[in-house]
Amino acid sequence: MITATIIMALREIRRNLMRSSLTMLGVVIGVGAVVALVSIGRGATESVTASIASMGHNMLTISPGAARRGGARTPSTPFKMEDVTAIQNDIRGLAAIAPTGSRSLMLVYGNKNWRASVTGTNEDYVRVRNYAVAYGREMSAADVRSGRAVCMLGATTKKELFGSQDAIGESIRVDKISCEVIAVLKPKGEGGMGQDQDDLVIMPLLTFQRRIAGNRDVSTIYVSVDEGRPSSLVKDQITSLMREKRRTARGAEDDFNVRDMAELMATMESTTTALTALLGAIAAVSLIVGGIGIMNIMLVSVTERTREIGTRLAIGATGKEVLMQFLVEAVMLSTLGGCIGVVLGVGGAGIASKYLNIPFVVVPEIIMVAFLFSATIGVVFGFLPARKAANLNPIEALRHE
Amino acid sequence: MTDQAKRALIHMLGVTKVYGKGEAEVRALAGIDLRVDEGEMIAIMGQSGSGKSTCMNIVGCLDAPTSGTYLFRNVNVGELDNNQRALLRRHYIGFVFQGFNLLARTSAQENVELPLVYRRVPAAQRREKAKAALQLVGLAGRESHKPNELSGGQQQRVAIARALASDPSLLLADEPTGNLDSARSAEVMELLVQLNRERGITVMVITHEPEMAEFCQRTVEFRDGRILSDTRKPS
Ligand SMILES: Nc1ncnc2c1ncn2[C@@H]1O[C@H](COP(=O)(O)OP(=O)(O)OP(=O)(O)O)[C@@H](O)[C@H]1O
Ligand SMILES: [Mg+2]
Repeated sequence: MITATIIMALREIRRNLMRSSLTMLGVVIGVGAVVALVSIGRGATESVTASIASMGHNMLTISPGAARRGGARTPSTPFKMEDVTAIQNDIRGLAAIAPTGSRSLMLVYGNKNWRASVTGTNEDYVRVRNYAVAYGREMSAADVRSGRAVCMLGATTKKELFGSQDAIGESIRVDKISCEVIAVLKPKGEGGMGQDQDDLVIMPLLTFQRRIAGNRDVSTIYVSVDEGRPSSLVKDQITSLMREKRRTARGAEDDFNVRDMAELMATMESTTTALTALLGAIAAVSLIVGGIGIMNIMLVSVTERTREIGTRLAIGATGKEVLMQFLVEAVMLSTLGGCIGVVLGVGGAGIASKYLNIPFVVVPEIIMVAFLFSATIGVVFGFLPARKAANLNPIEALRHE
Repeated sequence: MTDQAKRALIHMLGVTKVYGKGEAEVRALAGIDLRVDEGEMIAIMGQSGSGKSTCMNIVGCLDAPTSGTYLFRNVNVGELDNNQRALLRRHYIGFVFQGFNLLARTSAQENVELPLVYRRVPAAQRREKAKAALQLVGLAGRESHKPNELSGGQQQRVAIARALASDPSLLLADEPTGNLDSARSAEVMELLVQLNRERGITVMVITHEPEMAEFCQRTVEFRDGRILSDTRKPS
């Protein structure tokens, strides 16, 4: 009997194909929107966390200048090498520390010109910032100590200057100095703020300070915290150490800024999660609107088919069977709409993630929830019309019209 | 006497039906005593509004009497609920209506199968029985036609096929020829006579036309909710 009821419902849906599709449309859009928005939201979260992780593992950045809303910093006293030594000596639980000086400079190789960020640092920088050498030899401690004119190129910089040509052993001009390329780094992709992390030149800090900057200043210090040591604790220790070294008055604002990547990641993650939930909720409302659409059409359908219902009752259908028939029809409509919505939602998320350049994530539990929700909507909003049909008086129904 | 009681299919005792309350009260049936035995073919006649359809609705277990007793196959229908009456209709009663009441956009075959679906007859058997019923009413080869592709007479024959597909004990027809010309009407009546004779189905037909009543051995005439006369043709 249940198969006969399902066949009957399918036939009824097919008989009024135009109306059925329009009825389903509400649920299709609702389910599609829920699935697509949640998938895109998840993809965005993943892409943000992945790119923050790519900027450096368990990393703190210490930069001069107070933190300001909107990221703009007031210029202030740069760090000195003594600050770096102090951090190195006084703070426990540091895996590595990389002081840097950095400038955007013009690079020249042959007839090619390219502007890139040039960073002077030590041999630990590659590790702290999660870079890896693709080919060539990594900058050594000896290079750093003696301030040799050697450099490592990011993947983008290498491509711009050398194209597919081999760069190792070649000399490039960095501002006023000539510098030997000893390594090319593996590409890392975009950072958390969308910047290209592969457009850079790395050279020994001493070389940078002496021959480019002409001073002994250190701008940003990158610190990698030992695995298992809470980065927030290290952050607090560094903050108080730096206040002491820089003689910041009690109660005055920091004139430097310590950023914790783990913290940043958590903030970003919770923001995107909240956004995803909000989008999902809006989409869920449209799903309910779709359910009301089904109820509307089913009520019209019951009135329109009153004579048919009367005939069925006369022939020997019980009220329960008529109720089931209309309920099954409503549930079929909504689940069919749900299926189409899932397909469209997943497809839409796929296309959108391609354009937004985020990973394509299929969230099975959201698909399940959206699907079950649409079936439930069929039951809930189909019940009223179905009960109306089942409670019809057969004699009056037969005489209808 | 006991032998006769066993064969009674329909037994009405002082059945009344009152619609509405107070001022608007309508006594559609004002005390009906009627007994129809298995295998009878009976015509119901009477003026418009005399209570024929009301009586047939009660006989067909579509409605319950206001007072009095109605026994169908010795079951007191007045004591049954909607559900139980639906089951009685499903298993023992076939209906034919003046307006045919076929499902639109549904083939003749599927229309005839409908009561069998409710009787939980397996699909293969259903198809066979429906085909046989359509053949019996002379519509072999028209199985796939939809109601709007059939003439009125053919539609009524589909309706008769639907009523008899489930082998009912009782076939009720409320003005089955009301929408048909006299030639088509005669065909339908002949078909009902044939079903009564060959299959032993008890048939009750409401009609306004004495010519149609001529097909039946027994004619009951209604007036103002009462039986005016009950005549049998000498056989
Ligand atoms: N649902 C109802 N509510 C109120 N009055 C009703 C209802 N159904 C029938 N009646 C009344 O009961 C009386 C008998 O009606 P019924 O339909 O049985 O007549 P009928 O003999 O079949 O007439 P016709 O030949 O026109 O079909 C009429 O006066 C009618 O108005
Ligand atoms: Mg009538």
